Amino acid sequence: MAGNSYSRRNFLTLVAGTSAAATLAACGSSGPSTGGGGGDSKGAASYWYLTGQPNEGIRTATVERFNKANPDTKIAPNAFANDAYKQKIKTALGAGQAPTLIWGWGGGGLKSWVEAGQVEDLTSWFTENAAVKDRLFPTSFGAATINNKIYAMPAETVAPIVLFYNKEVFEKAGAQPPQSWADIMNLVEVFKAKKVAPFSLAGQSRWTNMMWLEFLFDRIGGSEVFQAVFEGEKDAWSNPSAKLALTKMQELIKADGFIKGFSSIAADANADQALLYTGKAAMMLHGTWTYGSMASDGGDFVKSGKLGYMNFPAVEGGKGDPSDTVGNPGQYLAISSKATAEQKDVAKKFFQSAVLDDTEIKSFLDTGSVPIVKGTETQIAASKDPEFLKFVYDTSVNAKVFAQSWDQALSPTAAETLLDTIAKFFQLNIGPDQFITTMNGVIGK
Amino acid sequence: MTSLAAPPVRVVAPSTDTGGRSGRVTWMAVPALLMFLAFAVVPLLGVLALSFTTWDGLGAVHPSGLTSWRAVLADPGLLHTIGVTFLIMGLSWIFQTPLSLLIGVFLAGHQRYREFLAVLYFIPLLLSSAAIAITFKALLDPNFGIGAGLGLPILAQDWLGDSKLAVGVVVFVVSWQFIPFHSLIYQGGVRQIPASLYEAAQIDGAGRFRQFLSITLPQLKYTIITSSTLMVVGSLTFFDLIFILTSGGPADATSVLALDMYQRGFQASLMGPASVIAVILVLTGLVLALVLRRLGGGSGDDSQLEGA
Repeated sequence: MAGNSYSRRNFLTLVAGTSAAATLAACGSSGPSTGGGGGDSKGAASYWYLTGQPNEGIRTATVERFNKANPDTKIAPNAFANDAYKQKIKTALGAGQAPTLIWGWGGGGLKSWVEAGQVEDLTSWFTENAAVKDRLFPTSFGAATINNKIYAMPAETVAPIVLFYNKEVFEKAGAQPPQSWADIMNLVEVFKAKKVAPFSLAGQSRWTNMMWLEFLFDRIGGSEVFQAVFEGEKDAWSNPSAKLALTKMQELIKADGFIKGFSSIAADANADQALLYTGKAAMMLHGTWTYGSMASDGGDFVKSGKLGYMNFPAVEGGKGDPSDTVGNPGQYLAISSKATAEQKDVAKKFFQSAVLDDTEIKSFLDTGSVPIVKGTETQIAASKDPEFLKFVYDTSVNAKVFAQSWDQALSPTAAETLLDTIAKFFQLNIGPDQFITTMNGVIGK
Repeated sequence: MTSLAAPPVRVVAPSTDTGGRSGRVTWMAVPALLMFLAFAVVPLLGVLALSFTTWDGLGAVHPSGLTSWRAVLADPGLLHTIGVTFLIMGLSWIFQTPLSLLIGVFLAGHQRYREFLAVLYFIPLLLSSAAIAITFKALLDPNFGIGAGLGLPILAQDWLGDSKLAVGVVVFVVSWQFIPFHSLIYQGGVRQIPASLYEAAQIDGAGRFRQFLSITLPQLKYTIITSSTLMVVGSLTFFDLIFILTSGGPADATSVLALDMYQRGFQASLMGPASVIAVILVLTGLVLALVLRRLGGGSGDDSQLEGA
């Protein structure tokens, strides 16, 4: 678990994250958390975010720069480990002890804060400060927008899901990267004959399986299929495209497209990435955040150019735009509605002057991530991994639709049912019809 | 009773109101009682109250009567989860009890090497469940685990990815962790058995095996009940180990009640249904503990040492 920890993916890492630990951590006023909505020093705003290098260091450095430039209106930063973070924020919000600035993943989680009236509506502020809005990827605002109102400032980096492949394995098999779903099914046989697993997959983590469905749904039925689910349309999963996508999915599973034992591999340990760079698997569908850990753990795999990457191919006859992508369109900073007027002003000043300033952009690029700022091509060209970063930038900018991961977009309740159902679906315990019935049952919940 | 009875001693029943020179001592129970109230009874009542509400853990708590109960009891997954819970409970009892009994009896001897082994056997108990689970997960990885590492295909099974194997692995790891503890209980129990019983049996010509069956086992009756109660009730709370090893998977093959409770409460933000499961867990635990106590027969105050 190297530098990829900004993805909430590691939420399940859980070393001490039992409910008890989470609750205890949440209750204990440990650390120098001056935090609270009240905040003891007048006007000083507080800011909670996630630990995990290198992003934690970048977050802290941004706050320090802001504090240096604004000695009168300081922000007190406080970082928490991933396992406890979601629960801690929730407890703090519920107890009226939330920090002024809340770092999060947007989507369904943000929606639950909005519905509880805990975060500030920023729509009018963004209208007044169009410059702040216009410099960011327009796609990054999707997960910050609830009921046509913007409730969070998109920040940090973009992480689309892409198809990684091992060029060396492809060369040995004399194969070409897939351009269509038919190619994928053909490649499965090619690689099986060579005793290489076609796809690596960390199936125990469940959201990893979900990424496959996200792309199949999009390529076959277009982005509107899931959009209808997101908007709570009745029986939205009954769309014929959904059934087709689910059927194709199980065809791939039944054809042994995934590595043996995939359902016991967890993404937290990065074993799925290891399968790709050790050549035990030929391809892997995963977030771009895995690039950094593959580069650091995979020996010279990345350095010597053996890692290939591409957007998910089209499905024959599908309605979706093959430029579409899914993943994390950004990270999000919300302002607590319980903060004082001064604190809110400090937070907005922070958005305006510190979030994604040139120094922060460079820091993120140096760590192999693409900030959600438009027009960074020259900086990317000067970075350490210009080729890969340009690919991520282009994929993100050219995407007609950059959908948020389903489990982040849906409410926690619906997301849990989704992940649970996906686990059974990939285990072939249930078929497409039962998947659809179960998921229709939690629409809008 | 022997015929050489000691001279009768007139026992003056202590008067109940003064209880000796320190006066009433009931108040000494107050701190413990307060702790018990604050940390056991009050949260329990809180959970019971929450089970009749709808709450996402963030907004307001809405009383909703039996909605949560209906949702949980009507869930077809509940029976499966209860089944898995009892399956893992039963299997781990069957696996652990004979082994820890034998190890306990073996370690009860006072030989040097046995005491040395006792220390070694105790080590798994010093490790946290999370550490144990992470270690076993790494060892059992189908592609990078011990099977692949040693080049032994028989060890390269899909240990945690196959429904049946996964249950077995969970039972094995649980046992690996807890057998030392139960052995320790049995070791203590065996050492309490008066040597005179064995001496008498030896004079009567009983062999080692016979001694074990006729003296050790019956004398350990209450130890067995204690250890079984700890195993059975304790297995209701297996969470950390299973969560890390399998997360309840593959699909829901190892999803036990405690895990289900966590997933509903903290992942799906359904505190009402999660509280219902918590109440079910508490009741199951209480019933099991009571049944096991009854199985002991009579009151636990009977002496096992009559005639010794």
